[in-house]
Amino acid sequence: MNIFVFVKRIPDTESKIRINHETGTIVEEGLNFVLNPYDEYAVEEALRLREAGGGKVTVLSVGAEESLVILKKCLAMGADEAFLLKDNTPETYDGLRIAKIIARALEKKFPDYSLLLFGKQSVGNDNAQVPAMVAELLGLPQVNVVTKLEIEGTKGTAHREIEGALEKVSFSLPAVISAQKGLNEPRYETLKGIMMAKKKEIPMLTFEDLELKEEDIVPLLEVAKMESPPSRQAGKVIEEEPEEAAKKIVEYLHNEAKVI
Amino acid sequence: MILVFIEVREGKVKKSSLEALSEGKRRADDLNTEANAVLIGHNLESLASEVLLYGASKVYVVENSLLSHYTAAGFSQALFSLVEEMKPEVILFSASSMGKDLAPRLAAKLGVSLASDCTRTVAKGGKLEVVRPIFAGKAFLTLSFKSSPIMATLRPNVFPLVEPGEKKGEVVRKEVVIPEDQIKAPALEILREEGVEIDVTEAEIVVSGGRGMKGPENFGLLRDLVSLLPHSAVGASRSAVDAGWIDHQHQVGQTGKTVSPNLYIAFGISGAIQHLAGMSSSKFIVAVNKDSEASIFKVADFGVVGDLFQVIPYLKEALKKIASE
Repeated sequence: MNIFVFVKRIPDTESKIRINHETGTIVEEGLNFVLNPYDEYAVEEALRLREAGGGKVTVLSVGAEESLVILKKCLAMGADEAFLLKDNTPETYDGLRIAKIIARALEKKFPDYSLLLFGKQSVGNDNAQVPAMVAELLGLPQVNVVTKLEIEGTKGTAHREIEGALEKVSFSLPAVISAQKGLNEPRYETLKGIMMAKKKEIPMLTFEDLELKEEDIVPLLEVAKMESPPSRQAGKVIEEEPEEAAKKIVEYLHNEAKVI
Repeated sequence: MILVFIEVREGKVKKSSLEALSEGKRRADDLNTEANAVLIGHNLESLASEVLLYGASKVYVVENSLLSHYTAAGFSQALFSLVEEMKPEVILFSASSMGKDLAPRLAAKLGVSLASDCTRTVAKGGKLEVVRPIFAGKAFLTLSFKSSPIMATLRPNVFPLVEPGEKKGEVVRKEVVIPEDQIKAPALEILREEGVEIDVTEAEIVVSGGRGMKGPENFGLLRDLVSLLPHSAVGASRSAVDAGWIDHQHQVGQTGKTVSPNLYIAFGISGAIQHLAGMSSSKFIVAVNKDSEASIFKVADFGVVGDLFQVIPYLKEALKKIASE
């Protein structure tokens, strides 16, 4: 199976997000960047599929050269190859733009794909758009937010998380799958993996290589403003005997929150 | 025209899509246009008249045997045909699991960009702008659109429902042609976790537990409370989920779900920044924690410093008493 995994570099979830109000962008200084956690599940699943049924795992990222670090990590986890789809444009929050770049790269450079794996969303941007958009642009079936995946030949079934339940879905390859937490437990890189990854080249593909013109991928969303959330005021804190505390909680639910 | 996709699950209209219709109606009034709804599937007649109560001028009903079960490919094809014919200026969805799956597929088909999981919509200069959280609510973007139609998904539990009024609108049937080979990735069955009826993203009350719950067996205490509270669901912090005490679909926070219930009750949750991001847009927050210094108290409207294992039994008694009155 020829598996492609798409990954993104994001600020880790412990980060405090600061805004530069002049430029309307996130202050990157002082942030610790990591491989998007949902993408880790996608990489792990690709490696397990290869281990079970053979094939090749190729990892791609759209971004600036800083993203080479997360591609190295994927190689150290065990991916066979990695490519950077070079894009120096600052974050546009426009999923369609990224989907167009990915779909074009697959058509022009990697047309022989059997499975496209993504994280269900990038943490931070929180769009959850790109997998479905790539599926549409390439005319493929999609199964998003997947917690279980089984592939037999060119047929697969997946469990997709919906509100309070799971949907069991069948599909044929090639297909787009996006990974949710619970799909697997991602492995750590081994020392050997890290050493091997060091030796591997990560080729960079430019828009020119993909025959993409800037006007094909103009962002169609405009950020008019970026703001911090309204801060919450700490309320009343009590320290009472359990029975009295429970009584006061119920009073609060009844009189203030009015839920009972 | 503002077109709102109305989601049907197991024969029922989803409340969150009526919230989207309500918001669509408010913006349609601002923009001097009408809000219309679209239902896709089969046996939709009775549901269409329910939708008319929420301010839709027209409810388009698209029925086709190939659309009796949801698939992103089939539904996006049906919507695409309708959009080509009716030319709405705005298309809204609930940011439910179906909305999040379907809207981007339709957006790519139409070649337009999409704003996900919006928490506010504004009519500005005759056009729609939206506000959406990023980093699970650590920052908010105001977005305007350069492509048309404007497309957005709206977060459940954020937008108030309009009071159901008179049925003034009409039901309009639409035929669509769907080639059978367009139906990709059909659902075979729905698997339900026992006892889970409401998802944390849809619940009006979320009762959450963290590391302070000490073990999986104690989540039964939270399920007991949920059984005593209306429209409620059990939530959890990442540390409780990572410890394997409860399934990840209950996880609230930056690598879990972002929730905005009426009431969030946090038991034994310290309040890590990534958890606070996922729940601090709740309308009311109550926290019970042994540690008076816990960060959760910085966002809680009502905090109790104490042992949750001692407080919960009394809480159950009090709630039972209310239920019996």
